[in-house]
Amino acid sequence: MKPAKDVGIVGYGAYVPRYRLPATEVSRVWTDGHGGVPVEEKSVPGLDEDTVTMAIEAARNALARAGLSAQSLGAVWVGSESHPYAVKPTSTIVAEALGATPQVSAADWEFACKAGTEALQAAIGYVGSGMVDYALAIGMDTAQSRPGDALEYTAAAGGAAYIVGPREHSLAYLEGSYSFVTDTPDFFRRAYQHYPEHAGRFTGEPAYFKHTVSAVRGLLEELGYGPQDFAAAIFHQPNAKFPQRVAKMLGFSQAQIKTGLLSPQIGNTYAGSSMLGLTAVLDEAKPGDRVLLASFGSGAGSDAFSFVVTDAVAERQSLAPNTQTYVARRKPIDYALYVRYRRKLVMH
Amino acid sequence: MNVPRYWRTESARYRLLGETCRQCGKPIFPPRDVCPHCTEPQQEPRTFAGKGEVYSYSTVHQAPAGFTDYGPYTVALVKLDEGPLVTAQLTDVENEQVYVGMPVEMVTRKIKEEGANGMIVYGYKFRPLIQQV
Amino acid sequence: MIDVYIVGIGQTNAGEHWDRSLRDLGVDAMLAALQDAGVGQVETLYVGNMLAGELVAQAQLGALLADWSGLGCIEAIRAEAADASGAAALRMGYLAVASGASDLVLACGVEKTTDADSESVDQAWSSGMDGEYETSQGLSMPAVGGLLMRRYMHEHGVGREAFAPFAVNAHANGANNPYAMFQRPISVEAYAHSGMVADPVGMFDVAPLCDGAAAVVLCAADRARELAAKPVRVCASAVATDRVALHSRTDPLSLQAAHLSALKAYAQAGVGPHDIDLFELHDSFSVMAALSLEACGFAERGHGTDLGLDGEIGLQGRIPISTMGGLKARGHPLGATGIYQVVELAQQLRGEAGANQLDCRLGMAQSLAGSGATAITHILEA
Repeated sequence: MKPAKDVGIVGYGAYVPRYRLPATEVSRVWTDGHGGVPVEEKSVPGLDEDTVTMAIEAARNALARAGLSAQSLGAVWVGSESHPYAVKPTSTIVAEALGATPQVSAADWEFACKAGTEALQAAIGYVGSGMVDYALAIGMDTAQSRPGDALEYTAAAGGAAYIVGPREHSLAYLEGSYSFVTDTPDFFRRAYQHYPEHAGRFTGEPAYFKHTVSAVRGLLEELGYGPQDFAAAIFHQPNAKFPQRVAKMLGFSQAQIKTGLLSPQIGNTYAGSSMLGLTAVLDEAKPGDRVLLASFGSGAGSDAFSFVVTDAVAERQSLAPNTQTYVARRKPIDYALYVRYRRKLVMH
Repeated sequence: MNVPRYWRTESARYRLLGETCRQCGKPIFPPRDVCPHCTEPQQEPRTFAGKGEVYSYSTVHQAPAGFTDYGPYTVALVKLDEGPLVTAQLTDVENEQVYVGMPVEMVTRKIKEEGANGMIVYGYKFRPLIQQV
Repeated sequence: MIDVYIVGIGQTNAGEHWDRSLRDLGVDAMLAALQDAGVGQVETLYVGNMLAGELVAQAQLGALLADWSGLGCIEAIRAEAADASGAAALRMGYLAVASGASDLVLACGVEKTTDADSESVDQAWSSGMDGEYETSQGLSMPAVGGLLMRRYMHEHGVGREAFAPFAVNAHANGANNPYAMFQRPISVEAYAHSGMVADPVGMFDVAPLCDGAAAVVLCAADRARELAAKPVRVCASAVATDRVALHSRTDPLSLQAAHLSALKAYAQAGVGPHDIDLFELHDSFSVMAALSLEACGFAERGHGTDLGLDGEIGLQGRIPISTMGGLKARGHPLGATGIYQVVELAQQLRGEAGANQLDCRLGMAQSLAGSGATAITHILEA
């Protein structure tokens, strides 16, 4: 898929909170220290952080790199599965905080871990149709997990913001995108329930792998490329193993996914996951690099994008803190503090 | 619920929207109708960049109602680079590491929640500058 | 203006009165003052109170206390100036007599804090600050003390221990005041090891909020001679204000309102700081005591703590403060405090101060609101 007008990424920004829960803390409490861990540690939001506050910082970073005033934005769209309000868009608060109001579209997106890339697809269409000059798409989460559940090792916080604009202004232009969606109930959360349900191993082959592989193969076929044409690839990262395995399945090398693979250090940032991986790649990208982004959202679906980095990238990378700065900024906490920060203690 | 009160101060809380006095040219934060420097009642809106340093600070161990979930936290008087002093909490810093003169930058964070059903109030806090890697 | 005299004083204990309501306490103090003056009726009542609305959902305190004390249908109004509400009620009473509008006035300060939980009281106490830009940020009153104390320590190069004398002196004097909330001395060691409330403000740096009521009867000279053996003249009454938010002040460590109010009071009385024999200052925080001494001309800027360290604030010192315990040991029943200060001055000037008795002729009382945005100063003469 490609809009009539050529578009690209004119600015990008990351955000990861500073607290880290080592996976060994989860197993200390729940498995007496036995068994392996799917990541080293995961990021935890502070008491005063949520999807709104993190989205604002990532968006400010993106505006700084784009060199744009917030008034130029025609849309502010936040994708998450942890919007602080069920009714009242995160996007309105972000738009107000940035100074993008009042002549702007704003709405929240939800599609589990691909809510942000859905917003990105829409931003591409909005700008590519000529309706607006610039549109902001954000994927951000403060993921919640049931205490003692396998997902507690990885459910993390963070994400990224992208400003889509005309190709001439971009630091990476879009060659094409592809969305692959089916009704596959691998992981879901009912309204008014606090924690999600997941279908165990069903979340693997019929969900993550099938959709990711189909979207990427669909995109590569349309564009006529193979894995060797790409300098880097970023896949959705619920843990360390899945993105490594799907890379192999698709013919990408571990070297190609290395820069964009952050889950071992920060866990699974859900709607922020693959989008954060892309910011890490863009931080180090060179003009001419072709980059594959493939998200996965339970429910289920995958969005795949092919971007080519332009000459403008070099002067924009340093205009905001880079992703590794946020990853390196860490304060480890123990399980007790984690329980306090994530409000898992319920008073009876 | 204090919805209209919080709504009125959004621009100041989210973006440090203040004023420059049209008469004496001095910076004003928070915004007000009458210039505190020269009493001229005409101002030009402007935002503050959010950079400054800690002028004084105090760690609150007995939080008042509405803030008990967040304690202990450190409040500070921050001197913005442009001149005005601002009262704000510090965040992303251990209370023991704060010092007078510490350079800080503005971030938008949760200030409080009006219970589980009520409004979430967002506003400015300040944190030490991030160390670029 | 007509000369104004205090001819009757009354006070309850300052502390926790589980069995007395707000109106009960007010009536207790009012009846005591009326009895001390030897009168059964007054023309006008001013009530000083800060938090009755927030904590016990009660407004119209003037009418309520006139009603509850049996004073009937007199003129009765509540005055509010946050922590200085009691002094504000005295100010209104002074003006009523001085202007000739009223011949016999009762000024009563009353506060009831123990009917609410302490977090709610802390939140309500902070309404004396800027609600939109200070309180809303999580600033508590102890944190205001903390910000001032930390800056004072930074600018003037002193440590926490420089503030210990204010707490030690207050408690030493409170030990001899039967109406005081705390009647036990404390040591410098206890001060040093106290827990933090809002770092660097420790438990002994902040005055305890509590319940209490105090009242004075005011009238002009001829009536005063009839009623009182030792009428005390109010030779100055002066109010000044400052920018409410600490962050709006040009120099946060300079209590501008206290300074201006004191200057006006000195001018009215025709005296200077060197003439003042004792100073009931607003020691809501130990740092406020130091700043008050500086603002009122008893010490140069940055040297208020020296007066404490040099022993000048004690009963034997050059400028005794908190002679009956001050806010720190007698207690700080918010809206009542300003009247307690003046009742204690009157006790000293009448020779009724017991073990803490000073040889004195001229006493000054100053009540401050919030972080010092309202300052109300009275000078009394024996």
